[in-house]
Amino acid sequence: MDDRTHRAAHRVKGRSAAPGIALGPLVRLAPAKHEARQYRSAAEEHQALVDALAGSHADLTALVREVGDDEAEAILSFQIALLEDDNLAAPAFALIAGGEVANRAWSAALALQIASYDGASDPYFRARASDLRDLRDRVLRHLAGEADQTVPSGVIVATDDMPPSTFLATDWRDGGLVLRRGSPSSHVAILARSRGVPMMVGVDIDHLEHGTDALLDADAGLLIVNPDTNMRASFSQRRAEQSKARPAAASFSGPALTATGELVRVMINVTGLAELEGLDPAHVDGIGLMRTEFLFQGREKLPTEEEQYQIYKRMLEWAAGKPVTIRTLDAGGDKPIEGLTQPGDMNPFLGVRGVRLSLRHLDVFREQLRALARAAVAGNLKVMIPMVTVPEELDRCRTLLEQALEELRREGREAQLPSLGMMVEVPAAALTIEDFNADFFSIGSNDLIQYVTAASRDEPQLADLARPSRAVFSLIGHVVGYGDSSGRETSLCGDLAGDPGQVAALLGQGLRIFSVAPGAVGPVKAAIARYSGSAA
Amino acid sequence: MNKLRASVLMRHEVGLHARPSVKLTKLAKAFESRIDLGLSPDGPWVDAKSIVKVMATKAPKDSTIYFRAEGADAKAALEALVTLVDGDFQDGR
Repeated sequence: MDDRTHRAAHRVKGRSAAPGIALGPLVRLAPAKHEARQYRSAAEEHQALVDALAGSHADLTALVREVGDDEAEAILSFQIALLEDDNLAAPAFALIAGGEVANRAWSAALALQIASYDGASDPYFRARASDLRDLRDRVLRHLAGEADQTVPSGVIVATDDMPPSTFLATDWRDGGLVLRRGSPSSHVAILARSRGVPMMVGVDIDHLEHGTDALLDADAGLLIVNPDTNMRASFSQRRAEQSKARPAAASFSGPALTATGELVRVMINVTGLAELEGLDPAHVDGIGLMRTEFLFQGREKLPTEEEQYQIYKRMLEWAAGKPVTIRTLDAGGDKPIEGLTQPGDMNPFLGVRGVRLSLRHLDVFREQLRALARAAVAGNLKVMIPMVTVPEELDRCRTLLEQALEELRREGREAQLPSLGMMVEVPAAALTIEDFNADFFSIGSNDLIQYVTAASRDEPQLADLARPSRAVFSLIGHVVGYGDSSGRETSLCGDLAGDPGQVAALLGQGLRIFSVAPGAVGPVKAAIARYSGSAA
Repeated sequence: MNKLRASVLMRHEVGLHARPSVKLTKLAKAFESRIDLGLSPDGPWVDAKSIVKVMATKAPKDSTIYFRAEGADAKAALEALVTLVDGDFQDGR
């Protein structure tokens, strides 16, 4: 213990993905070490698996008492029931009796089950494969003597990568996240920014020791391991300053005006109702992007029309007449959804994602369009289609939306036609924007940049290429210019809009509607106020 | 002792998936009798107390679930199971 407290502080660099600072013990989330076990005797292997199963059962029983939400409880109860069924582990015990090592026996037994669910034709059964993988890994961790992966609050999590659903299931109060992979524009980073969780990517996590105290300074792109007393003191001081400064930034509550008095609209990007709590709609010009895929993730089953309708309606009620732009399901790419997206897609960002996926799962898409047409009655709804490449895709969406409306009216339900626009993120669409029958445009800069530069946003080594270059700005200018001349509103809802350093350049391209993470509204309005015209 | 039989149409929206299976197997385990479940009147039959086996039937919505039971409380077991399935697993969603 003495040794640890006297260890010298050292610094690890990374790229900032979400601003903020945090101090706490490091928690390493490592993949289960499937092959790390040494064979002892059949009796010992048998006992090791018995113990690992019992330990996993105890974990899950403790977890299920904590979760308090229906969906999560159902998932955990299912895993508990599986563990309580002797049929689950029977093939593994048989393999052990035949001389196999416990972890391999367990993996092999579960592999058969997982394959059977993966091959199911019904998406709900197919999605159960993820429960079995989760359970398999938990037992393997017990066999390898590794710590459980539930993350307590107030820690700094260090891991390779994290799916958004895991991020959403974690309590991040006073905590932070460092990843080896990912990028500032990955969806975990988007979530981290909107929830105020300090986060860095591109961090060499190999030498970070589980349990060691660390200070995460995501503003500076630094992780300080074993911070000394002075560093801790200056951390506390900065924490105090930041909590004072936050309300000041948020108090940029008036309309956004440039230095020459031109009005600019600043809207927010959200993923659900939770982010709207405590946010005054008077401070923003509406919701510029609601990402519906997070309603679909990490669940036992896809949300019903009614569930979706209730959420959309409450967003429109919150906005009180201001526009609410809801993007239809943008699954695929780095946002897989169990039972819907195709596993093992060779090149997911160029694959079946966004509207391409929706038009191949009309049952799911129709439910969403019905929920949207019903919610349209409650306010100023704009429906946005992601990943549109050719005009025909948008035309089909319009037809489906009109059909949904007709169907609802026949059923005697209240509904109306919301305006229908498109996300401009595929270069082919940006280049031929005049051909699209859209009511409005919203530029998705994150994907547009990676498609224009042919550089993945999740590859830290290519961060210098995957930047908003002149090529990107000229496409943005083209779309904004066409929008202006044809009387269609054009906004930008990617991370570019939330970067105060890029605000002037975007205003220079004629952009007058920004949609940003709630935390960026203050800084972006401040940057707008400094802008004195395209001559500057 | 004779085997008792019963059947019931399952209307649960997504079929015999995780949540209904947990409820069904828990209820079956509350009885001493041996209880089997199948998707046709002639089987194949699986142990209704095993969630691994019950889930493996992957019974979709609108399947008819067949039960057969053998034991002292077989009659009560079948009545309870049929009520559960018929009542949509007390789970409207």
